[in-house]
This record gives sequence, C-alpha cells and structure tokens, in this order.
Amino acid sequence: MSTARPAARAPLALLVPAAAGLVFLLLPLAALLLRAPWAALPAQLGSPRVWEALRLSLLTATAATALCLVLGVPLAWVLARTDFPGRRLVRALVTLPLVLPPVVGGVALLLALGRDGLVGRLLDDWLGVTLPFTTAGVVVAEAFVAMPFLVISVEGTLRAADPRFEEAAATLGASRFTAFRRVTLPLIAPGVAAGAVLAWARALGEFGATITFAGNFPGRTQTMPLAVYLALQSDPAAAVALSLVLLAVSVAVLGAMRDRWTTGVGAA
Amino acid sequence: MRRGRRWAGAALTAAVVLSGCGTQEAEPTVTVFAAASLKESFGTLGEKFEDEHPGTNVEFSFGGSDTLAAGITGGAPADVFAAADEATMARVTQAGEASGRPEAFARNRLAIVTLPGNPHGVRSLGDLARPELKVVLCDVSVPCGAAARTVLSTARVRVRPASYEQDVKSALTKVRLKEADAALVYATDVKAAGDAVTGVEFPEADTATNSYPITVLKNAPQPERAAEFVEFVRSAQGRRVLREAGFLEPGPGAR
Repeated sequence: MSTARPAARAPLALLVPAAAGLVFLLLPLAALLLRAPWAALPAQLGSPRVWEALRLSLLTATAATALCLVLGVPLAWVLARTDFPGRRLVRALVTLPLVLPPVVGGVALLLALGRDGLVGRLLDDWLGVTLPFTTAGVVVAEAFVAMPFLVISVEGTLRAADPRFEEAAATLGASRFTAFRRVTLPLIAPGVAAGAVLAWARALGEFGATITFAGNFPGRTQTMPLAVYLALQSDPAAAVALSLVLLAVSVAVLGAMRDRWTTGVGAA
Repeated sequence: MRRGRRWAGAALTAAVVLSGCGTQEAEPTVTVFAAASLKESFGTLGEKFEDEHPGTNVEFSFGGSDTLAAGITGGAPADVFAAADEATMARVTQAGEASGRPEAFARNRLAIVTLPGNPHGVRSLGDLARPELKVVLCDVSVPCGAAARTVLSTARVRVRPASYEQDVKSALTKVRLKEADAALVYATDVKAAGDAVTGVEFPEADTATNSYPITVLKNAPQPERAAEFVEFVRSAQGRRVLREAGFLEPGPGAR
C-alpha cells in the first residue's frame, strides 16, 4: 500500500485511458442499477424460483471450487516444480478452457462425459451414472471452465515462492509429499485463496457450458445465469431483478472473503 | 519494425476491400431477418430469388425470433422480418417498425424426435410420459416450449422432462447426441436433421400450430425489392419450397 504514488505524478497519457477504462467497466453496472425495476423488485424477489436458483448457484459454485482445489493445486505443483517433456504443451492445454467458448466446452463435455460419450458410456454401463441433466453435471461444467483460473494463479504463486524451503525440508528427511503439505502449501496459501476466489466467481457466473452440458431444470440444474437468460426472453424486468441479486451476492461474498484472507495472511 | 509494416499493409488491404464492398451501389442487397427454423428453406428461396432477379443480392440473418425482434426495434437496418410466431411479430408491429400488416406464409407443428430407428418404440404423445424415457422440452419462454405446453396439457399427458432447453435446436441436439431419448421439436427440424434422428408425428400436434408471419420493415433501405421478396416467399414456388421443408400451408384465416 505504501508504494502508491500521488496521482499528480501520473502522466495524462495514462490517466485519460485509465479513466475511460474505468467508465467502460462501470457504466453497464450503473445502467443495471439505474434502470432496475425497483418498485417491482420485492414481488420479483418473493418468487421461490429466485431462491431456488440462487441456492443451487451457491451450492454448485462452491462444490466446483472444491473440485478445482483438489485437482488443480496438484496440477499447478506438477507444472511449476517438475520438468518433463511436453510440459509447455500441457500448460497450454490446461489454459485452453479459458479461450474456448463455454458452449463449445459444454459440447465437448457431452462428447466426453455424456451418456453416449467416450467415458460417459462407461460410467453409465458400469456404475449406472449419467452426468447430463443432474446437479453433479452442473458442478462438472463449472469446474471445467473455472479450473484454469485456479491452476494459473497457483502456478504463478509457486514459481514466485522460493523452492529452497522445500529443499531444506527434504534434506531434513521430509518426503516430497510431506514437504508439499507442511511447507509449500502454507507458503502459497494466499495464492491458492486468490485462485479459489477467481474460480468460484467464474463458476458462479457460468452459463454456456452449464446449459449445454447439464440442461435447464428448476431446482436441479437451473442456476442463476440460466434463470436470468430465460427470463430475458419473456420478462426482461425479472431478468434485471435476478441479475441484481447475483451481483449483490457476488460482491458481498467476494468482499467478505477478501477481508478475511487479507487479515488472515497478515496474522500468519 | 518489419512486422509493424506488414500489419499496416494488411490493415490497408482490409480497408480497401471493405470500402470496395460499401461502394458497390450497382448490386442492391435485401437484408432478411428470419427465424432460425427457416434457415434451410429461406436459404433455398434466397438463391432462387437471386436467380430470378439478376443483380439483386439477398442476405440473411438467422436467429431466435426474440433476438431478431430486439435487433429490429433497436434500429438494425433490415428490410424484411420473418418470425416464428405471431407474438414475436407483434412486438415489432407495436413498436411501429413494420410497413403494413404482416402476412402469414407458413405454419409449423410439433413432432416427437427420437433416437435413430426409434429404439424405445415411441408411438404416441402419451409414450413421452413413460418414466424410463429421458425427454427434453423447450422452455415455455420460447415459442416451441409454449406450443409443447399447450399440446401436452390439451392431451392431458404429464411429462417429467430432464431439461427445459433454451431453444428448439438445443432440444434437437440433445437427442442427436443421444443424451435424451426423445424431445418435442418442430416437424421441420426433424426433416432438417435427416438420418441422425427419427421423427414421430402425432395427431395432437394440430392443437398448437405456430403461424409464421412476414413483413417489410418501415425503415427498409430497399423497400421495393423487399416487397418483391415477400411476394416471392408467398408465391406458389415459395410455398412449394416451404412445404418440402416440412412446413404447413398458412392457416385458412391467413390472407
């Protein structure tokens, strides 16, 4: 915080586009707030469908983040700390869902994990499990698009962290996994937390892969973004109301988590 | 440095090409906004129209009727609008964007679409209520979903769908990818999907047919040619193409 310089020193050539960028980002949000049907809002929010969608959104985004943590942190460690042929290619492939249109991601998930998909067929035959049209399918779709955010964030933190701590632990007789668990993980906790927040936010807003892979059924797979999109087709005012709820929840949760983490890291 | 120059060259070429297109006043273009379900039939009609009117281009923008209507009321420069139902067209006429009264040119009805060869032996609308079948419907906010609800409630069939899809093509895709066993889509979609699916027609479909209206738009850049295109769609030749795609004749009430 102490490194911030007075604004007067900033050159105009940077300040003007910076201000324009800020306006560009905030204007649509301001329009949403200004044009919101405030009078009709209580009636809109009284609908059980809104709360059903919100509950499902929070549940699936949190579960998707957990899945991302379990699979993504080890993946980031392998990418940052080991060297193997084709590592750069693997790293590029990991980030692919970032640039893939989410709808394409949803189709790809269907081809892989759908009832007739490469792996999905086996899941169906052996376990009788099909993911599409289920809440678990929503979690899978959200984790697919959110995981790269976590992996990139954690990998960056790992690269910045000094590997000598791990090496020291190893010379003291710790196994590599113990060193990871007892030394590395606490060291990179802020990066993991930041990555988890990013992944959670991305999962909360996920639309394309979810509606393509998991379909749309109230209470089972209809998350808030899906409810907003479908409301937009018939009742734009309801869509704005739903968007406001989603916006308020994300701001509140992200704000609360940030505070806790920054103080937590400071205390550690 | 070198790279920068190459980029500049590419930009210049693009600018020349683009401005070239813009200045070709000799070849007027009729821009048609049409419902996604018209993609195959209007594509054919556009080519035939261009053959009969040398020097005139027809350009299509296919999409959900809702989206297209929003584009038109938002000021998109289109000549003709063809919607998948009257309610969507009403939004355009109420905004004062239509020139004259929209005219019905075709009707569409629902059909059951099943996996290729119909392995589950779906024969009737009532079969969709069988618990072992995974059925998807369109969401009621889109025309095909509204029609599905009417048909099912009139026939007193209670379907427990796996999903309410956001448009008719998504519902069809779920069956094409074998994710769902059956779906209610338009008869024209079944036809367009070819061998990838098997269609099952059912008599109750007649209780909820969609009427497709078409109109020249008020701010059409090419009003005369737009009117010619609308006339062509409604001509005997136009109707034949639509019928081949699976559309029904416009209702008896249509002019």
